[in-house]
Amino acid sequence: MTAPREVLDCRGQRCPLPVIAVARRLPELPVGTVVRVLADDPAAAVDIPAWCRMRGQEFLGKVTGEDGPAYDVRRQH
Amino acid sequence: MSASPVYLDAATAAPLHPVARQALLAALDDGWADPGKLYAQARRARQLLDAARAATAETLGVRPDELSFTGSGTTAAHAAVLGGLAGRRRVGPILVHSEIEHSAVLHAAERHTAAGGTALGVPVDRLGRLDVAAWETAVHAPGVALAALIAASHEVGTVQPVEEAAVACAAAGVPLYVDAAQAVGRVPVPAGWSVLTASAHKWGGPAGVGLLVVRKGTRWESPWPADERESGRTPGALNLPAVVAAAASLRAAAADAAAEAARLAPLVDRIRARVAAEVPDVEVVGDPGHRLPHLVTFSCLYVDGEALLHALDRRGFAVSSGSSCTSSTLRPSHVLEAMGVLSHGNVRISLHRETTEADVERFLAELPGIVADLRTEAGVVGL
Repeated sequence: MTAPREVLDCRGQRCPLPVIAVARRLPELPVGTVVRVLADDPAAAVDIPAWCRMRGQEFLGKVTGEDGPAYDVRRQH
Repeated sequence: MSASPVYLDAATAAPLHPVARQALLAALDDGWADPGKLYAQARRARQLLDAARAATAETLGVRPDELSFTGSGTTAAHAAVLGGLAGRRRVGPILVHSEIEHSAVLHAAERHTAAGGTALGVPVDRLGRLDVAAWETAVHAPGVALAALIAASHEVGTVQPVEEAAVACAAAGVPLYVDAAQAVGRVPVPAGWSVLTASAHKWGGPAGVGLLVVRKGTRWESPWPADERESGRTPGALNLPAVVAAAASLRAAAADAAAEAARLAPLVDRIRARVAAEVPDVEVVGDPGHRLPHLVTFSCLYVDGEALLHALDRRGFAVSSGSSCTSSTLRPSHVLEAMGVLSHGNVRISLHRETTEADVERFLAELPGIVADLRTEAGVVGL
């Protein structure tokens, strides 16, 4: 898997805030960039992939590390 | 001046049917005695209970002795799951269920797994329809005691392939439990099940009455301590006036069901089309074709579900939501999660016999502005 270039720390934020964070940041980065969203709100597991589908961005998957659950998203366009 | 309230949450509780009110008031005078006793007042109560059972069984197309009344739809669901598993514990410990069952069914499944049993969830697709091939494989595994499938999703309205699921269960020799809470009194329930439950306040009866039907020949064992009432299936005294009102209103609702479905389904179609066209960045979820006639769900991107419910309430609209911020556990709806659809900014609309076209039009006229205001406040316009 491509290493993320940037980490958005959305821990402690409730949905839709993590989704809003990725929607704000991703278009500022070059196409192909991978962003990792750290989010401990259980709704992020549903809503980040759903946002990617609605916006035509690529959802790479969920990773659970020391910092808790994280979601990798790649800018497609 | 505030506009008149518009109640759009019939899937939680439908407004009391006028027939239910009438029957309830009459039965309060006549049905207070214990129907199990041997005196005149008890015989009168027994007559009312027998008549309620006969009428309800006839509406459902089952034998009166297959039907027990319970203290709620939730209790009926718990009894269906735990009793169905207990009755076939010699066969094995596995409960197969769809991933979109009502929480009452899932909570009973949790009780079962906490006691050492197994619960196996079968997935649904993006529209909320059961994966029939996965279901077939699951029920054919050795050790399956019971399979549970909701007749139609209470959250997104998608009607489930009950007939196909029943055929698979019959081939595997596994009894099928169908939670028909959103179907009874509204749409026909396909045959082939062994256990069925429903809930009176979903069709316009009073709260506090559930139905538990166990077909003849089904191995079912009460999960409760022994009690002789309701064929040993429901412990404790029934709220007989409420049971009488439930039975009367079910007969009335079932008689009007086809006409009501024909009136409400186009209103739901209108909501689906107009919300998708007039609210930007909205996902209307559930199957557009195979669905309940009275229920529709959608999610608004970047909108907080709780804020949306409060904003709608301030304008007089009572609706429900599957968003995590509106649940006491702060988890998103397991149904939206299983479907893989957006869970925040979620609204469930469910119509009933008092819902008018004007109510729906007022909702559709006000919703786009309410969502736009919330997005402006949150600074998410143009994202």
